[in-house]
Amino acid sequence: MSENPATTPRKLPGSLNANRRLDRWLRINRDGTVTVFPGKVEIGQGILTALAQIVAEELDVALERIRIEPTDTTYSPDEGMTSGSQSITDGGAALRYASAEARDLLLQRAVGRLGVSLEQLSVADGLVKARSGGSVAYWDLATDDLLAREATAEIAPKSPSLHTVIGTPAPRRDIPAKVTGVPIYVHDLELPGMLHGRIARPPSYQARLVSLDEAEVRALPGVVAVVRDGGFLGVVAEREEQAIRALTRVKRLARWEETTALPESDPRFLLEETTEDEVISEKQDAAAAARMASSLESEYSKPYIAHAALGPSCAVARCDSGRYTVWTHSQGVYPLRRDMAEVLGVEKEQVVLIHMDGAGCYGHNGADDVALDAALLARAVPGRPVRVQWMREDEFQWEPYGPAMVVKLKAGLDATGGVVNWTEDIWSNSHSTRPSGLGGVNLLAAWHLEKPFKPSPPRNPPLPGGGSHRNAIPIYEFPNQRVTNRLVKRMPVRVSALRALGATANIFAIESFMDELAAAAGADPVEFRLRHLKDPRARAVIDTAAAKAGWRKGEKGDGARGRGIGFARYKNGACYLAVIVEVEVDREVAVRRAWAAIDAGLVINPDGLANQTEGGIIQATSWALKEAVQYDRSRILTSNWDDYPILGFEEVPRVEVTILNQPEQPPLGAGEGQQGPTAAAIANAIYNAMGVRLRDMPFTRERVLAALA
Amino acid sequence: MTTTIQVNGRHHAVAAEPETPLLYILRNDLKLKGARFGCGLGQCGACTVLVDGKPVQSCDFPLSAAAGKAVTTVEGLAADGKLHPLQQAFIAEQAAQCGYCVTGIIMAAKALLDANPRPSDAEIRTALKGNLCRCGTHQRILRAVRRAADVMARDS
Repeated sequence: MSENPATTPRKLPGSLNANRRLDRWLRINRDGTVTVFPGKVEIGQGILTALAQIVAEELDVALERIRIEPTDTTYSPDEGMTSGSQSITDGGAALRYASAEARDLLLQRAVGRLGVSLEQLSVADGLVKARSGGSVAYWDLATDDLLAREATAEIAPKSPSLHTVIGTPAPRRDIPAKVTGVPIYVHDLELPGMLHGRIARPPSYQARLVSLDEAEVRALPGVVAVVRDGGFLGVVAEREEQAIRALTRVKRLARWEETTALPESDPRFLLEETTEDEVISEKQDAAAAARMASSLESEYSKPYIAHAALGPSCAVARCDSGRYTVWTHSQGVYPLRRDMAEVLGVEKEQVVLIHMDGAGCYGHNGADDVALDAALLARAVPGRPVRVQWMREDEFQWEPYGPAMVVKLKAGLDATGGVVNWTEDIWSNSHSTRPSGLGGVNLLAAWHLEKPFKPSPPRNPPLPGGGSHRNAIPIYEFPNQRVTNRLVKRMPVRVSALRALGATANIFAIESFMDELAAAAGADPVEFRLRHLKDPRARAVIDTAAAKAGWRKGEKGDGARGRGIGFARYKNGACYLAVIVEVEVDREVAVRRAWAAIDAGLVINPDGLANQTEGGIIQATSWALKEAVQYDRSRILTSNWDDYPILGFEEVPRVEVTILNQPEQPPLGAGEGQQGPTAAAIANAIYNAMGVRLRDMPFTRERVLAALA
Repeated sequence: MTTTIQVNGRHHAVAAEPETPLLYILRNDLKLKGARFGCGLGQCGACTVLVDGKPVQSCDFPLSAAAGKAVTTVEGLAADGKLHPLQQAFIAEQAAQCGYCVTGIIMAAKALLDANPRPSDAEIRTALKGNLCRCGTHQRILRAVRRAADVMARDS
């Protein structure tokens, strides 16, 4: 079917394209404030502060005037998921253009009011002034119909040279509440008559409930309801500790039949699975291939890694005459609403989801699941809100982990130390099983009901962003190259999106292997990377990190201390990041320092970017040194922080971040670009320190000892 | 059963089982939401409050043990309409990402600074080893505690 240019709406920037009315995004209020309606949500990354900066900049109003409404399915723009480091490029772009257009509409009204031409006008903090004298404020120009129109995106945002708010560090809007204990998280929500619920999950994935003496549970103090639907078991009580006591009793009384068959704990079980193979990059140059003088092969792996939010997932739900209101820290209230409505058997308009802050999630954790849990319990006690918070063991055992992966690499070097061919194969599950609307339901409780729902088919987001194959295609310039994505469809362990998706393992492998090749070529690892890179922005972050670290060409560790580098352009299209780390190995690996350089294009909030970058590096250090979900052949064994240690205050490195701002370039997603480079830099530093190569994450004491043996 | 506890200088009579973890009393009966549930096992520190000046993990501390003692929560830190120097320092250093761990960390840091007004950097790290942060904000948090210690030492 051919598109008719007269009727096909023009593509608008970012999320404006799917949410075209200006008043879905912005309202200019008569009380001297501006209300912003974002569809992207705060997950601890500081996005709302950055979006407020964008609006303040383009509208020419003080940052203090910006109010932000919570994302709510009754009125907010549908921006899908807050994921993939896309909030500035999607939501930020929409608000940038919407604000520029709103400013223009206000100025047009001012022209009429002041009787001067547009060129005569200037704006300072919402006050429109005519050069010849006379002024009028936005607040006196705005009426309800001002923004009741479709966006055109024809008003260009400000030139970066005029920016005064964008590019200037802005304090996070949410931090004062977060350091004083003001209720701000969904966990803190308190509604009149609110009850407390807990879910008694099965002991293993496919366990079937055989029996439960519900009467004994109902008789416990404070218990209001016991909800049993197939293998879905929940309790509702007047007080939180009563709900927890009832949960403990249910767990003791319930009899389950367990049939779960989990794979071996080594990620190499993936190599035996049936795969769907796709060659995602192929380059051929016979002349270059003929120059091959030596070759090298290596295999790398990453285990299942937990999001391990510090606060277990939580939601509050109320059911009134078949209509549900749910407060949630979901990353995507609209996709979640669709799946929830299907399970609850109501039209999606009958489910209202309201976003509130949660603990940092770093991807798809239990947030969506607990929203359905709360709704299912609320259905049993109509009119009374039910707050459900997962217990620590629920979060560790039932969240969808970042998938295990295996990457095999083979490369050839010519006599001058140039890579002349590169063969790469990656094995992984999909990295996205979020609620998606592709048929089926991706919510935990739905699979355990008497009439269970089927999971939606897993999605592997397509390239260039990619899922399992995110960053699988090397950004280096190699004349011969073949990269094959071997997607494992069977998912014996529940998995989904964890910060950076496949990029963590792929970059860990590529960047480790680049170091192995550099060593084989007798080259300095920094210089060896530059030798294979033309992109000046890529080269700049590597040069900057090396300069800040005082990298000395060919530097060698001393048997205990050493340094290594990792680099990537996230998704091969988002931020550029290079990081050099210093490790100290005494059986246990300690990361002492990290020097990072990042180019994220136009930077909205430099301090926010620095905070995210420091955090990503520290979190990735924790992943690389310590983290792996433990399981045996039937059960997940990781259930608390003793089973799943993370990096603590006595262990964190000192991180120094240098931002290469590019005001004339578009902003680039930057929340996840640290993970792969950091893991690789640590492995490379261990090699630099001790001459041993660790190819399996995490780099534990046992692995170090085994490598030294 | 009724237990009387003193929280942030005020007395409260609470009707709950004596073994109820203090955390739920603070959050649900007294509506003080600053102490947060993280694990219920005393492993993560998100629920840290002070009992007679000592940091305790309130998820793992029975109501009965708090009777007759002075409990301080993050809501009790501000005085005379001014935030505590630790809270000011956390804002100045922008020492939070998701922020879920921060109130517990501030309470652990307060216990440290009350006992040791001039801690070394290593002593600050040690004092916070029972508190987990998943976002990786450690470096800013350490800077914030350092800043608060310096301000409090200067002003004392």
